[in-house]
Amino acid sequence: MEFLRPTTWTDALAAKAEHPSALPIRGGTDVMVELNFDVRRPDVLLDLGGVKELGEWSPSNGSIQLGAGVPYTRIITELGERLPGLALASRTVGSPQIRNRGTVGGNLGSASPAGDAHPPLLASNAVVVAESVRGRREIAIDDYFTGVKKNALAPDELIHSVLLPLATGPQQFSKVGTRNAMVIAVCAFGLALHPRERVVGTGIGSAAPTPVRAPEADAFLSGELPWETRGSLPETVGLEFGRLVAAAASPIDDVRGTAAYRRHALSVLARRTLGWAWHDYQTGAWS
Amino acid sequence: MRVTFTVNGTLQEADDVWEGESLLYVLRERMGLPGSKNACEQGECGSCTVYLDDVPVCSCLVAAGQVQDRDVRTVEGLASGDDLDPVQEAFIEAGAVQCGFCTPGLIVATHELLRRDDDPSDAEIREALAGNLCRCTGYEMIIDAVRLAATRARTGVRQ
Repeated sequence: MEFLRPTTWTDALAAKAEHPSALPIRGGTDVMVELNFDVRRPDVLLDLGGVKELGEWSPSNGSIQLGAGVPYTRIITELGERLPGLALASRTVGSPQIRNRGTVGGNLGSASPAGDAHPPLLASNAVVVAESVRGRREIAIDDYFTGVKKNALAPDELIHSVLLPLATGPQQFSKVGTRNAMVIAVCAFGLALHPRERVVGTGIGSAAPTPVRAPEADAFLSGELPWETRGSLPETVGLEFGRLVAAAASPIDDVRGTAAYRRHALSVLARRTLGWAWHDYQTGAWS
Repeated sequence: MRVTFTVNGTLQEADDVWEGESLLYVLRERMGLPGSKNACEQGECGSCTVYLDDVPVCSCLVAAGQVQDRDVRTVEGLASGDDLDPVQEAFIEAGAVQCGFCTPGLIVATHELLRRDDDPSDAEIREALAGNLCRCTGYEMIIDAVRLAATRARTGVRQ
């Protein structure tokens, strides 16, 4: 095994071009588990820990450009107001030790259907910025997940950052697990209200081969919400929204839960997050 | 490969480190620092928690090569000589130690919590220690120890 330690992004891209099979590592919270348990023996480990710019974020045209290596702890403390959905999801990742190291870039690299960052990225229409020595490419989050733990990255590409539109309305996230910490989601749901466009964004985690949206649920809710009056929501709207979200999932039975349970739980998560988000919209300063 | 980094204030060098090796292995097997415990090797138990550049991490999830030129502080580095850190004293006094395996990780996690917040609520204590498993105590005496250490940190009174 080789261990490469580039200190600049340019060097990192050159290293990935030269060793397309190299496994990138930053926080190590996924990669090291596989190494420790002999699940994976990459020829080359590409340590991105020394590439400073990956650990930075900055405002960019109504979005936040979030470096792939910004740990969850910093998303929670520094970006909670601007990216509330992602910050809420970040709070449910592992434990303090894991949140101190784990990153959205790593979550995207692994592309697990259960990745906690994925539902809010879908709900808020994030864009993954990939780069290689050939150039820079922006991948819409809808085109990013291509299968179970598979993504749209080319072998010579690395994730540089994620573009996340600043929240213009309430965002919520909820996750089912067997305890409050250190759990992989049994299922998870992210919701974003976009009042300017009067549309709703959703993201489902851990209930399909990839993280997915619930497009029919989005369309239904976008049409039903009393955006103008901010009036109260009939119970039937929440129930139907929940039903449509559950219908958009294609879960499996596994050690963490049955498909039937996941569907039921998703309908509940959808209804609850809608209740919280709508309450935030009614009482908040959203324009 | 060779890895050079600072451990508990001393510059250390490890030679012939395998590229897939963890920081935990380097600390225990090469540096002779067995305080950080090796249990789950997947970040679930927190027994191997150390400070890396002042941030608590699971040392089993840090590749050895990633600590090149960086600063690591283990539970061994919290006491000064024979003087235990107040968190260590509180764990002893509160009887928060049974088999002791989880103790070093819990002490590092508690140490960091109290540096940030010397008056944590019980919920905050539980959240801060959520990444550290103990199979003996039921956690009540551990939480007592954190409260005791916090009280002393606030009031400056020891013993």
